[in-house]
Amino acid sequence: MLAKRIIPCLDVKDGRTVKGVNFVDLRDAGDPVELAWQYSRQGADELVFLDITATHERRKTTVDLVKSVARQVNIPFTIGGGINELADADILLHAGADKISINSAAVRNPDLINQLAEAFGIQFVVVAVDTRHVDGKNYVHLNGGRLKTDLETEAWIKDAESRGAGEILLTSMDHDGTKNGFDCTLLKKINDHLSIPLIASGGAGNEQHFIDVFQQSNVDAALAASVFHYGEILIPRLKGELRQHGIEIRQ
Amino acid sequence: MTGIINYGAGNIFSLTAALDRLGIPYGMVNTQDELIAYDRIIIPGVGHAGAAMRKLQASGLAASIGQLTKPVLGICVGMQLLTAYSEEGNSSLLNIVPLKTLHFENRISEKVPHIGWNQVFHENGFALFANIKKDAYFYFVHSYFIEYNATFTAAFTDYGLKFSASLQDRNFYGVQFHPEKSGEAGEQLLLNFSNLY
Repeated sequence: MLAKRIIPCLDVKDGRTVKGVNFVDLRDAGDPVELAWQYSRQGADELVFLDITATHERRKTTVDLVKSVARQVNIPFTIGGGINELADADILLHAGADKISINSAAVRNPDLINQLAEAFGIQFVVVAVDTRHVDGKNYVHLNGGRLKTDLETEAWIKDAESRGAGEILLTSMDHDGTKNGFDCTLLKKINDHLSIPLIASGGAGNEQHFIDVFQQSNVDAALAASVFHYGEILIPRLKGELRQHGIEIRQ
Repeated sequence: MTGIINYGAGNIFSLTAALDRLGIPYGMVNTQDELIAYDRIIIPGVGHAGAAMRKLQASGLAASIGQLTKPVLGICVGMQLLTAYSEEGNSSLLNIVPLKTLHFENRISEKVPHIGWNQVFHENGFALFANIKKDAYFYFVHSYFIEYNATFTAAFTDYGLKFSASLQDRNFYGVQFHPEKSGEAGEQLLLNFSNLY
């Protein structure tokens, strides 16, 4: 059976991880490549890197990061951040990225999804969506959830799917950072009408939250950052728990 | 030494990185004449099977691959190229293995593409799977699959239906998953291929 995926997400700035990491056996907690390697050894199924470097050197530092990860890590990874045109994606593909993630660039220019899917295949294109609940509806937000758009989340996700998104990474900004669990209700609603994989993000605080999101919403993958980086959840233990609850997990 | 068919079909950085990690020497095959320099050949491939086939024909390599008697390993679309036909773009392919590559869509109720780690069940005696668990997980990402066939399927996977996760016909091998992205099991498979014969 196809296994549910556990995905640690690493925020990277100027080639260094941003959020703190306290693995005991890590020589350099700021080195995204070493961290990625550690996660792969622990049983992470996939990795997401979000490059938030803002300088004009961004493209080069991102490419260097992708190359280093591809050289040393034997599981798939996605790179997001600053991808605005085909040329950005092309460089990352040839540097060894398995997938790219686009967020605000897709909202500003939805046709970018079509172009990327046609050029590289839909399996390469992850559309990341940040959503927030406003007046009884779910709206797509930009700039880390600060800027509301007029796009309703479900409609935008269906549009992205029809344009050639290969996967959707949905972050609930209402849940993100709360450690109170994923937004299983919204995730289930979206997942039930989606024919491409859905990655849940936002709200993971403990192991039970991962059990809940897979059992209640049947999403394909669950992503988290700080609970993994701070060692609050250890991936081998999490996978053991999930397996005990009858959730298909790669051993 | 392993020759990698270099016909511009997607990214091969991950594959060469995996071979580097494993200490498996390799070189690039750009033309027909360069095939002779290697004792085994890998056909990588990502993207569209029809487009990959056109690139293989343009490079002049398409006609020679079927004549090879050394081990050949097709990966993902590289394996699909070994079959006779793909529904992707209604494409005629190399026809080394007399099977068809079909679209998941409308055949299964599961999500398409098939993305993620799935179990690969191989029979005893396939050298490509030596020292690999019988239900090991490998990483897949594809929308088209090769039909299951009792003669040529070396390992199968279930995703709404039973399909060929791996093929073998004489010296021709194929894997639908990405061994270069499949953790230790994938690395073992690449080592096994490098040790064939």
